Amino acid sequence: MIDNKRRILLKGSLGAGAVGVAVGAGLLTPGTVLAAWPKTAFMAEDQSTALKDLLGSDSIEDSDKVKIKAPDIAENGAVVPVTVEGEVSSAKTISIFAAGNSTPLIASFEMSESSVPFVSTRIKMAKTADVVAVVQTPDGLLGAAKPVKVTIGGCGG
Amino acid sequence: MSDIKIRAKSSNGVTTVKSLMSHVMETGLRKDKETGEPIPAHFIQEVTAKWKDQVVMTALWSGGVSKNPYLSFKFNGGEPGDAIEITWFDNQGNSETGTAEIS
Repeated sequence: MIDNKRRILLKGSLGAGAVGVAVGAGLLTPGTVLAAWPKTAFMAEDQSTALKDLLGSDSIEDSDKVKIKAPDIAENGAVVPVTVEGEVSSAKTISIFAAGNSTPLIASFEMSESSVPFVSTRIKMAKTADVVAVVQTPDGLLGAAKPVKVTIGGCGG
Repeated sequence: MSDIKIRAKSSNGVTTVKSLMSHVMETGLRKDKETGEPIPAHFIQEVTAKWKDQVVMTALWSGGVSKNPYLSFKFNGGEPGDAIEITWFDNQGNSETGTAEIS
């Protein structure tokens, strides 16, 4: 048992060295080094964990100030157009979740001072579920959900 | 991989940017239909948009964004002729930049 732990510790310190080598060899992406891509949030299997990791809280206030435009029925889950608009004076981030996906967090958009709280993109949905949008404002998280019926899922294969 | 298509239009002091990127956006969850081997994850993780060297929006993405991603956003400011620059970085260390002028 003790031997085992020592081994893990050893592996750990070796691992740290290997990361440097991997970066040098271009095995690790410069993207992940440059920016803080929130891996834990994106890997999270439920929305609440993803939100806590991404925005520090999962308490969302349902708000009609958050508008989601998405189709009622998506024939192809691989391409579901989603537009999110926040009728707020200031938004820090806009995040989009597909509640039925194995990792629900799809995208998070960081706004700048000049941003208008508006984003539009196309997402993959595994099955019929809610598209959830969360707008981070200085007063907290505002959210809305829009159910989308998916005829053919877009995540498997 | 090819260029990023960007269209930016200013109207009443607000610039609307629409862009189309060319990327496979593999989640890493799919399997090759013939061999059964998992297809490695390969997707854009970050997109930054600049207006005259000022970052106006950063997008953080998972493989849940559709193949050949479409992205549209808006910002206050921007005049016809101003430069818009969009750069993406993927999880395999690739990146690409596209530019356009606001019309």
